[in-house]
Amino acid sequence: MHEHDVIVVGAGGAGLRAAIAAQEAGADVAIVSKLHPVRSHTGAAEGGINAALRDADSWEDHAYDTMKGSDYLGDAPAVEALCQESPEEVIQLEHWGMPFSREEDGRVSQRPFGGLSFPRTTYAGAETGHQMLHTMYEQVVKRGITVYDEWHVMELAVTDEEDPADRTCHGVVAYDIQSGEISGFRADNGVILATGGMGQVFDHTTNAVANTGDGVAMAYRAGVPMEDMEFIQFHPTTLPSTGVLISEGVRGEGGILYNEDGERFMFEHGYANNDGELASRDVVSRAELTEVNEGRGIEDEYVHLDMRHLGEERILDRLENILHLAEDFEGADGLTEPMPVKPGQHYAMGGIETNEFGETAIGGLYAAGECACASVHGANRLGGNALPELIVFGKRAGRHAAGEEMGEAEVTTGKEGDWEPADYEFEVEVGETGGQGPAAADGGAVATDPDGVLEAEVERAKARVEELLSREGRNHAEIRSKVQETMTANVNVFREEGRLEETLGDLREAREAYKDVAVSDPSRTFNTDLIHTMETRNILDIAEALTMGALAREEFRGAHWRKEHQERKDENWLKHTLVSWNDGEPELWYKPTILEGENKTYEPKNRSY
Amino acid sequence: MSTQTPTQTEESSETDAEADAPSKGDERRDEKRRRAAEERARRQAEEAEKAAADEETVELKVFRYDPEVEGKQEPRFDTFHVPFTKGMTVLDALMYSRDTYDSSLTFRHSCRQAVCGSDAMFVNGGQKLACKTQISELEEPIRVEPLPHAEVRKDLVVDMEHFYDQMEAVEPYFQTNEYPDGELEEQRQTRENREKIKMSTRCIWCSACMSSCNIAAGDNEYLGPAAINKAYRFAMDEREGEDIKQKRLEIIEQEHGVWRCQTQFSCTEVCPKDIPLTEHIQELKREAVKNNLKFW
Repeated sequence: MHEHDVIVVGAGGAGLRAAIAAQEAGADVAIVSKLHPVRSHTGAAEGGINAALRDADSWEDHAYDTMKGSDYLGDAPAVEALCQESPEEVIQLEHWGMPFSREEDGRVSQRPFGGLSFPRTTYAGAETGHQMLHTMYEQVVKRGITVYDEWHVMELAVTDEEDPADRTCHGVVAYDIQSGEISGFRADNGVILATGGMGQVFDHTTNAVANTGDGVAMAYRAGVPMEDMEFIQFHPTTLPSTGVLISEGVRGEGGILYNEDGERFMFEHGYANNDGELASRDVVSRAELTEVNEGRGIEDEYVHLDMRHLGEERILDRLENILHLAEDFEGADGLTEPMPVKPGQHYAMGGIETNEFGETAIGGLYAAGECACASVHGANRLGGNALPELIVFGKRAGRHAAGEEMGEAEVTTGKEGDWEPADYEFEVEVGETGGQGPAAADGGAVATDPDGVLEAEVERAKARVEELLSREGRNHAEIRSKVQETMTANVNVFREEGRLEETLGDLREAREAYKDVAVSDPSRTFNTDLIHTMETRNILDIAEALTMGALAREEFRGAHWRKEHQERKDENWLKHTLVSWNDGEPELWYKPTILEGENKTYEPKNRSY
Repeated sequence: MSTQTPTQTEESSETDAEADAPSKGDERRDEKRRRAAEERARRQAEEAEKAAADEETVELKVFRYDPEVEGKQEPRFDTFHVPFTKGMTVLDALMYSRDTYDSSLTFRHSCRQAVCGSDAMFVNGGQKLACKTQISELEEPIRVEPLPHAEVRKDLVVDMEHFYDQMEAVEPYFQTNEYPDGELEEQRQTRENREKIKMSTRCIWCSACMSSCNIAAGDNEYLGPAAINKAYRFAMDEREGEDIKQKRLEIIEQEHGVWRCQTQFSCTEVCPKDIPLTEHIQELKREAVKNNLKFW
């Protein structure tokens, strides 16, 4: 049993920033992560960090762009916090030594990015995330913050009251991948989930193999609602064979998209007459797939991204990493030929419902970064807005969890304030009730006192591992790949009712199959078979909630496109989708979007680029 | 060629740290181990048959070891036949082998794009990142082993603690005594200076360099190429200032620092991020000499 004031789960950008902030606020903080911090997927972020740093720019303009990009599904208090605090956080990173790209005068460079009204994206070549991750890990080393690396968090220790709003999180239970030890981690002040993306729900993704949405699924099963899960960003420029990301920076610097006929289709086919390649990501992804579906794709699969005209010097200075990626993972030489690209799963706008301080509906439980939904990105995230989210909300959650007084939140959590039940009837049974046995993960342990709940959760985790290791059954890999296939086929850029229902059916089957899952590697030493098997359960729960949201939201907003519903319907749908696990009987409900900002109300406008 | 011999891991992490008394679970696990071994043998026979029928497969010989599993305590090589697809990497082939034939095959991996640094291993006798090593460029059978000169935990997983300790021994964090006065004001850095440190900041901590270094193999206290490169990254950063640079040079000049390097260039050759490690070490040696002269 370990004990700290604050436990941070995950060691990417949000987790490291949260830990540093909690430590600065005087807390004894520890990070628990299934990967060593420098392995985290923040390191793969390429493009940059939006921050209104210059006199000609303002946080208000950044907030306006973000709200418009979100298709008016962001919550203004969170959006404004992001835009107000991003500049100081970027300067903080610079003061910690982050090697930003520079202007002639030695100041931090900024470049244009999609959906931005000002070139406000600060960057470090095309490896901004790598530099940011390492810079923050350096600070963690400097401060001597405890890191339990290669410890996989299995479940949260949350009390068992009927109403999730009455529950409290007292820590986590984790499995030491190196030794097989299972241990409780008591958090006296709070647990901060910073587990990142959930891209492994799909099979063509820019996300890492480790991005299985563990934090989202654990919080969901413990009673925290998942918010706006149907909003998945498909990045328009990923390499067709692997899903490796080609940064939006290429288009920001002037890269051009062509179809098979050599047409600059963003303009020539009228997808974005003003901004062309720099339209918002959802717009460009749909344009590319439309080109392919209408027979103008190359090899019926992808389009071309050409940056040759930028010249070798500029490419080497600002986009060198792209040359390496295209060469190593697609065999294309970006200096002499166009690069093949197609849309790939990139980012989850939704996630664990939080307010603007990272608090969830459960006391003592916070979330920050991609796993959380504050909501900053609404229906679509702008390029360059993910990294500032990590540092702004990581810091806020860290300070709050450490006990700093931060005022009253404007964003509500759980069923506080206005909410309405959904009246959508799913044709397929969803969720997972009863009879799961210890091999499956489910809701909270039955106890209400802090020590009792942690001990009970540790015992349950031990029983679960014991059963998975000792019984006979099927391998998880097959189940995982079926989930990924159906999600990629049917819950992709283009969505229609029948196929979404079909996916719920496929997920039902996968749930049934998972009941027989077993781990064939009997070892307690570095048993990745066991870890992956537990992750697959998380993938299942997330895929289902995501598909439920996609079915229920009968409109077209941001990244969520529905064949039967080709318009944004503000009169009915200026609201967030929430799914509560509800002890295995998932419940769908809604709450209104907050469009009232500090000084103005963001009136929904037509989102054209 | 395999040079390493796996040694038993330390007591604390040897098996079940909970040290349960023999239970029904143990019996079941034993039974399961036996059956798993049988299953593996059966699948491998099938694979060999398949391979004979289909020429489009690649043959991998993969190092296997587990300190606590019967039949794996003695290191051995398992053969996997993987259907070849264009663009397939060593990591793809390992993942295919694991997901199709033997789910206990163990290796670290995450990003699949050469930035997380998890999957450095010894492929056909050289330190490589599995995710950016194309199968088509390798001679068959492809021999995949854990990184040499590190303790093997299991299969292709090695203990990274020593590497991390060395990285952290060079005060690997930015230090300065002077920040700009203005609110929201960044420190200035020339483009030339950023360019100078650029390659050094690309290190992904994969430890391929350390594994390839003969000096590190013989001197466990040697900081090694990656840690010295980390020191270079800060020592050459003009934002830190002269006094800090002074301190940094003292750290890398210690007994097990830069002077141990015999410029064999093996680290530079294996670095998957093309960092000119040996040059950086040489440059620090020159800086240290210049610096010492100044104080004579």
